[in-house]
Amino acid sequence: MRKLLPLVIVIFSVVIFLARLFYVQIVDESYGDVSQNIAIRKVYDYPQRGYIFDRNGKLLVGNQPAYDVMVVPNDVKDFDTLALADLLNLTPKRLKERIDDAIVYSPRLASVVTPQLTKSEYAYVQEKMYKYPGFYIQKRSLRDYNVSHSANVLGYIAEANQRDIAANPYYQSGDFIGRRGVEQQYEDLLKGTRGVKLFLRDRFNRNIKPYKNKKFDTVSQKGKDLSLTIDSELQAYGEKLMKNKRGGIVALQPKTGEILSLVTAPSYDPEILVGRKRSRNYTKMYYDSISRPLYNRALQAAYPPGSPFKTLTDLIALEENVTEIDETYYCNGGYSYGRGARMACHHHKNPVDAISGLAYSCNSYFAQAYRRTIEKYDTPQEGIEAWRKHLESFGLGNYLGYDLPVGRKGLVPDADYYNRAYNYPKYRWYATATLSNSIGQGEVLTTPIQLANVVAAISNRGWYITPHILKEVDHKPIKSATYTEKNYTTIKPENFDPVIEGMYNAFNYGTARFLRVPGIDVCGKTGTAENKTRINGKTVQLEDHSIFVAYAPKDDPEIAIAVFVENGGYGSTYAGRISSLMIEKYLKDEIERKDLEKWILSNSLEEAYAKPYLIEEQMEN
Amino acid sequence: MSQRTFFQLDWVSILLVIILIGFGWGNIYSTTVTDVNADILDFSKIYGKQILWIILGFLLVIIVLSIEVRFYERFANVIYLVALLSLLGLLFFGKTIAGQTAWYSFGSFSIQPAEFVKTGVALAMAKFLSEFHVNLKNFKDQLKAFGIIFAPILLIMLQPDAGSALIYLAFAIPLYREGLPHWYLTIALLAGLFFVLTLKFGFAIVSAVTVLLLTLTFLLNKSKKKKLWLYIVSGFLVVGFSLSVSFIFNDVLQPHQQDRFDVLLDDEIDIKGTAFNLYQSQVAIGSGGLAGKGWLKGTQTQGRFVPEQHTDYIFSTVGEEWGFIGTTIIVLLFAVLILRLYFLAERQKSQFNRVFGYSVVGILFFHFFVNIAMVIGLFPTVGIPLPFFSYGGSGLWGFLILIFIFLKLDAKRISLN
Repeated sequence: MRKLLPLVIVIFSVVIFLARLFYVQIVDESYGDVSQNIAIRKVYDYPQRGYIFDRNGKLLVGNQPAYDVMVVPNDVKDFDTLALADLLNLTPKRLKERIDDAIVYSPRLASVVTPQLTKSEYAYVQEKMYKYPGFYIQKRSLRDYNVSHSANVLGYIAEANQRDIAANPYYQSGDFIGRRGVEQQYEDLLKGTRGVKLFLRDRFNRNIKPYKNKKFDTVSQKGKDLSLTIDSELQAYGEKLMKNKRGGIVALQPKTGEILSLVTAPSYDPEILVGRKRSRNYTKMYYDSISRPLYNRALQAAYPPGSPFKTLTDLIALEENVTEIDETYYCNGGYSYGRGARMACHHHKNPVDAISGLAYSCNSYFAQAYRRTIEKYDTPQEGIEAWRKHLESFGLGNYLGYDLPVGRKGLVPDADYYNRAYNYPKYRWYATATLSNSIGQGEVLTTPIQLANVVAAISNRGWYITPHILKEVDHKPIKSATYTEKNYTTIKPENFDPVIEGMYNAFNYGTARFLRVPGIDVCGKTGTAENKTRINGKTVQLEDHSIFVAYAPKDDPEIAIAVFVENGGYGSTYAGRISSLMIEKYLKDEIERKDLEKWILSNSLEEAYAKPYLIEEQMEN
Repeated sequence: MSQRTFFQLDWVSILLVIILIGFGWGNIYSTTVTDVNADILDFSKIYGKQILWIILGFLLVIIVLSIEVRFYERFANVIYLVALLSLLGLLFFGKTIAGQTAWYSFGSFSIQPAEFVKTGVALAMAKFLSEFHVNLKNFKDQLKAFGIIFAPILLIMLQPDAGSALIYLAFAIPLYREGLPHWYLTIALLAGLFFVLTLKFGFAIVSAVTVLLLTLTFLLNKSKKKKLWLYIVSGFLVVGFSLSVSFIFNDVLQPHQQDRFDVLLDDEIDIKGTAFNLYQSQVAIGSGGLAGKGWLKGTQTQGRFVPEQHTDYIFSTVGEEWGFIGTTIIVLLFAVLILRLYFLAERQKSQFNRVFGYSVVGILFFHFFVNIAMVIGLFPTVGIPLPFFSYGGSGLWGFLILIFIFLKLDAKRISLN
C-alpha cells in the first residue's frame, strides 16, 4: 500500500487544482470586469452639445470650453493637501469632502473635484497637476448664450446627479444633462455621443498601448443642431414689453402650429445658469416664491379665460343651432335668470347679434346663448357633456401635447363635476347654475398656450396643428405626425365666419378699436378676469387680470396670439396693447406707434403686485 | 555519454521536461517583454537570460549524463557535505537580496545553492536508506534519516528562507515508501488539520469542540475495552497543540507571516495591502476565462499588475493568457511527468535508485503543489518556484540535475544488477 502514496496525492492535487481553476476561471465571472477596471483606462472624448438656432437660423445657444478637475480615488497617492486645496481654491476640509464623495461614488471611476475652471484658471492649474497623481483635468463644453432672452424656453444644462446616473447608465459623474425647456425635452438629440479611447495601462498607471489595436475605440459625435420655431426678434421684443409685468405671451403660426414666441415674465438671463455660478443663482431663483422666475406662466398658469371664451360660447351656440347669425338680442344692462339673480353687463349699443355681441363683449348675449345650448338637451348633465366635447376639440381641458416638459391641463368641467359640487341627485342643478361659464368666469381654466391655440383654430376656421417648438433637426424639417397633421374641431367652417367677423369688429367699433394696427386686419377679443385672493382668511378683491387674444391678418392668418398680464386691469389696457404691438412687430418688423410702445415700456405693475403684501401688513398691524 | 545510454534514457520524461521548459519560457517572455520588436537573445533582458540558462542547463545535462553512474552512489555523502558547506558559506560570503542571504554573487549573475542542495540530500538519503543494516522501523535509524534532512533545513532557515526549507518535507514521501511508521503521517495530517482549524476558529472553540466530541464518543462507546486514559491524553494533546499554535502564531510569527495565513482564512481581506499579490494573481487567472486572452495579450500580465509574475507567480500568466484550457494542460503535464517518474522509481531494482527516484518525485510534487496552490489562493504565500516555469538559472539547473541523474540511474538500472 505504501507504494500508492504518490499516485494518491498527485491525483488528489490535480482534482483540487482543476476544481478550483474551473471555479475561478469559468464559474466566477466577476474577475473579467475587475481585470478591465484594473488594466484598461478609458479616456473619454466628450462631444459638443448640439447648437440651438431660432426659426431664421440665428444662433441662440452655442458652446464654450470649460475645464473640470477630476479625481480617480484609487490612483491618488499621498500629496500635499494644503497646496492642492490652495491651487483649486478650496478649503482643505472641502477638498477632503469632495474626495470622500468621490470614493463613495466609485474608487475606480473619475469624479469631479472642481468643476468648470475658467481659461485663465486652467492655464495656472494645468502646470501643477503633475504633482498630484490621480487628479487630472478634463475638458468639457459649457453653454454659451448668444441671446439674453428665452431662458425658460431654452432651459439649461447641469451636471447629472446620482438619480440621473442611476436611471440611465449612459450618464457618469460630471456629465451634463439638460434641465427644463428644450435642453430637457430634446436631451437625447442635443447630447451627442461620447467617444472613448481604451488604453492598456500598467501598474504605474502609465498607458502602454491602445487596447486591442483600438478595436473598441469610438469617436465622439457632436449633438444634433436644433432649430426652434421661435422668432428670436419677436421673442426679445415680447420679453421687453413684459418687463415689470407678470404674465405670459404665446404667439403661434396658425397654419403650422409653430410657436413663434413663448414669453413668461419675470424671467432671467440664461447666462446666469452657466458655469460655477449656476448653483448659487439657481437656488436663489428656486426659492423666490414672489416673482417665481422659473415658473413658465405661458405654459403653467391656469386662469379663468374671461371674455375671449365668448368666442367659443358663440361658436358652440351656432353649431348647436340654438342661435342664428341674423337673430338680434336686446341687452338690458344685464341678464336676469330667476329670483333676483342677474349677470351684469356694461353699456354698449343695442341690439346685438352673434357678431356685434362679440365686438361689444356683451355678457347678456352670451349668457342666453350658453343657456340655450345647455337647455337644448333634456337634462343639464347632457347639455354640459355636449358643450364639453366641443371645447375639448379645441384642445382645452387636457395637455395640448406640445414638446416642452411643463404644462397644465386646465379645466373643462363635466357633468360629474357639477353633480359632485351640487350633491346631485339629492339637490338638482340647472344650466343657470353654471351660467358664469358663458363668459369665461366659471369653472373653466385655461393656460395662455391653450388660449393661443383656440385663436389659431378659429383663424384656420376649424383646425389646428399641435403647437410645437422644434422646427428642424440638423437643419432638416421635422417629420413627426403629431406636429404636422391637422386636428379638426367639432365646429363647421361656416360657423366661424360670424365669430371672426365679431373679432374683427372688436377692432372696428368694439372694445379694441384704439388698438388697430395700421394697414393690417386684426381680429381679437379683450378679456378681463376677476381676481380674488384670500389673505389671512379674508377674501380680497385684487386688480383684474388683463387678457387679450388676437390673430392677423384676418383672411390669411400668420400669427395668433394670447397675452395674459396679471393684475393688468382691462383686457385692452395691457394685454391688448402688448398683443397689438407684437402683431405689428411680427408682420411689419417696425413699430410705427411709438407712443403705444412707450406707454407699455414705461408702465410698471410692480405696485399692483405688492398690494397683497401691503394688505397683509395692514391686517397684521 | 555513450550511444547506448542515449537510447536507454526515458524519452517520455525528457519530452515532458522539454515541453514544460519551452512553454515556461514563452510565459516568462510575456511577463517581461517591453518592446514588440524585441530580440529574444538580448541577454540584458530577463527573457534573454533565461534562454542562456536553458542552453547552459542542457550542457549541464550532457555532463550529468556523461558521468559514470556509480559515481553518484559512491560520492553521495561527499556531495552532501559539499552541499552543506555551500549553505554554510553563505553566512560568510553570501549576497543579501530582499532580506535573504541565499545567493553567491559572481559579477552580474548570482547562484542560489539551496536549489542544488536538494540533489545532495536526495543522494545522501538514498545512500543511507540503501545501506544493508538500516531499517526505518528502528527509532535510531529514523533519527539519523531526520538528521540528514534537518541539517540543510537548519542552514536554510538561517538565511532565512522558510519556503526553501519547507520543501524538505518532500522527503516524507521516500521515507514513507521505505517503511517509516504510519503514525508519523497520521500525526502530521492531524497537526495540519488542527493548525488550520485553530487559526480559523481560534483556540477556545477548537478546544471546546474537541473536548466535547471526545466526551461524547467516550460515553457512546459501549465497548468494555475502552481506555479512559487514551481519551484524556488525546484531549490534552489537541488542546496543548491548539494552544501552542495560537501562541506561536500570535507571539512568534512576524506580522507579515501572520498575514499570509490571514489572507486565506479571513473573509475580509485588504486587497490593497496584504492580499495584493494574491488578489492580483486571482484577477489575472480569473479573467482568463476558458480560452484565455492570448499570448502577450493578457491585460494584467502586460500591465505588470501581478508582482513577481515572472518568478513565483508565473502560473497566473498561464491562467490569464491561456485560460482554463492552458492551466488544465499544465497541471496535467506536471501530473503526468511526476507519475512517470514515480513509475520509473517503482521499477528500480536497486534500493538506492528507488529512494533517489522517490525523492525526485517528492521534491517535484512539493514544488508543483505548493506553488500552484499558493498562486490560485489555496495555500499561504511561500516563495517556492514552479519547476521549469519560474525565471531563474539556479532553480532550472537544480531540477535538470535532479531529474537527469535519476534518468541516468534508470537507464543503467539493468547493468548495475
